[in-house]
Amino acid sequence: MNLFTPLSWNDTGFILTGILNTVYISIVAIVIGSLLGLVVGFLRAESNKSINMLLGALLDVLRSVPLIIQLILFSTFIGVMGFPLPPFYAGAIILSLYTMAFMSEVFRSGFNSVPGSMVQAARSLGMSYFQTIWYIRVPIGMRAVFPSWLGVALSVIKDSALVSVIGYMELLRTAEQLISRTQQPLMILIGVGVFYFMISYPLSRYGKYIERKMEL
Amino acid sequence: MIEVKGVHKSFGDLEVLKGIDLTVNRGEVVSIIGASGSGKSTLLYCINAIEKINGGNILVDGVDVHDKKTDKNKLRQNLGMVFQQWNSFPHLTVLENAALAPQIVKGFSKEKAEEIARKELIHVGLGEKLDEYPTRMSGGQQQRLAIARALAMDPPYMLFDEVTSALDPELVGEVLDTLRLLRDDGMTMICVTHEIAFAKEVSDKVAFFHEGLIEEMGTPEQVLENPQKERTQQFLSKVL
Repeated sequence: MNLFTPLSWNDTGFILTGILNTVYISIVAIVIGSLLGLVVGFLRAESNKSINMLLGALLDVLRSVPLIIQLILFSTFIGVMGFPLPPFYAGAIILSLYTMAFMSEVFRSGFNSVPGSMVQAARSLGMSYFQTIWYIRVPIGMRAVFPSWLGVALSVIKDSALVSVIGYMELLRTAEQLISRTQQPLMILIGVGVFYFMISYPLSRYGKYIERKMEL
Repeated sequence: MIEVKGVHKSFGDLEVLKGIDLTVNRGEVVSIIGASGSGKSTLLYCINAIEKINGGNILVDGVDVHDKKTDKNKLRQNLGMVFQQWNSFPHLTVLENAALAPQIVKGFSKEKAEEIARKELIHVGLGEKLDEYPTRMSGGQQQRLAIARALAMDPPYMLFDEVTSALDPELVGEVLDTLRLLRDDGMTMICVTHEIAFAKEVSDKVAFFHEGLIEEMGTPEQVLENPQKERTQQFLSKVL
C-alpha cells in the first residue's frame, strides 16, 4: 500500500477549513486585542507615572517574549493546572493579549496626538469628560494612528500561523499535515505563502486607500 | 451678570491673579487689555472653571462657579468660549462641528441640532462651507467656525481669549467683523485682546491688567484716551 498520496481535489475542504480557521482566529485576536489595547492605551495616555510604569512592564513582557514561547508556555501551564482548553481558545487568548500589547502603544500615541486645547474647547461647550473621550479623543486619535493599527493587524494575521504549535488547525497546520501525506512541501508551502499574501496585500492596499481618504 | 470678587489664582509659587474684582452686566462688552503674563487669559479660564481658583469667588447669574456642588458642564453651557487656537474638530464637517454639542450636550435631535448650527454658521458667514472639512479652511474661517460652534449652544455670555492673536494679519478683519456682529446682537462679551483700536470701538468698559491686578478700569475713553495711571500710559504708548 502506498503511504503517500498526491494532492487531490478531495483536499480542498481540508485546506479551506485551515484558511477559515486562520481568518477566524486572526479576526478574534484583532478585535479583542484592539478593544483591550484601546482601553490600556487610554489608561497609559491618561494615568500618572507609576501606573504607567507598571502597565509598561507588563506589556514589555508580552512584547519581548516570542509569541511561540508564550503559546507553548500558556497551553502547557493550563494543562498542568488541570484546566486544559481547546487549542482555539488557548491560542485566541494568547494571540489577543499579544495583539493588545502592540495595539495599546498604537492607541496611546493616538490619544497623545489629540491636543489638550482641543479637549478644552470641547469641555468649554459643556461636554462631559466621557463625552470628550467618545466624540473627540477616540475618533481623532484613532484616525491619526490608523496606518500603524493596520500594520499591527496585518502582522497578527501572519503571526497567527504560530498557533499551529499548540495544535490549532489553521492554514499552516493543515499544510503541514498535507505535506506529511503528499511529500510535496514546495508546492504546498508556496500555496500557503500565496494565500497569506492574498489576505494581507488587499488589506494593506485598502488601508492605503482609506488613509488617503482621511487625509483631508 | 458675571461677578468676579477678589479672585486669587496661583500656578505653583507664581501668583497670577492677585485679587481681581470685575462685574459684567447683561448686554455689556468688556475688553481686557494688558501685557502678556498679566493674567488676562487666566481670568477667563477661571470664569469658565477650566482653572481652579485659590481665593475669592466668581458668580455667573448668582451661581458660584467654583462651588464643588456646581455642575461645571451645565455652567459652561452658559459661557461660550473661543480660544486663541480655533481647535476645529478635524474629523467632523463644519456643520457637524457646530451641531455636535447641541446634540450630545443639550440632547436635541440631529435635525434640530443641525438646524441651529446652520443658522449660526450662516450668521458668521460660513453658509457656503457647511459640508467642508475645517482643515481645508483658512484660520479666519476656522475661528469663525469656533465662534458659531460656541453660539450654537445659545449661551448668554461669550468669552473671547485673544481670538485674533494666532491669525495672519489679513484674516484678523473678518473675525473682528464677526465680533462686531455679536455686539450688535446685544451679546454679553468679555474680550481679552491686543487689538486696542477694536477694544476702543466696541467696549462699554475696558480693564487694564498689570501683574495680576486691574490697574485701571473705565470707559474706553477714560482708559484708552485719558489713562490716569502711569503703567497704563506706558503700556498704551508701547502698543499704539
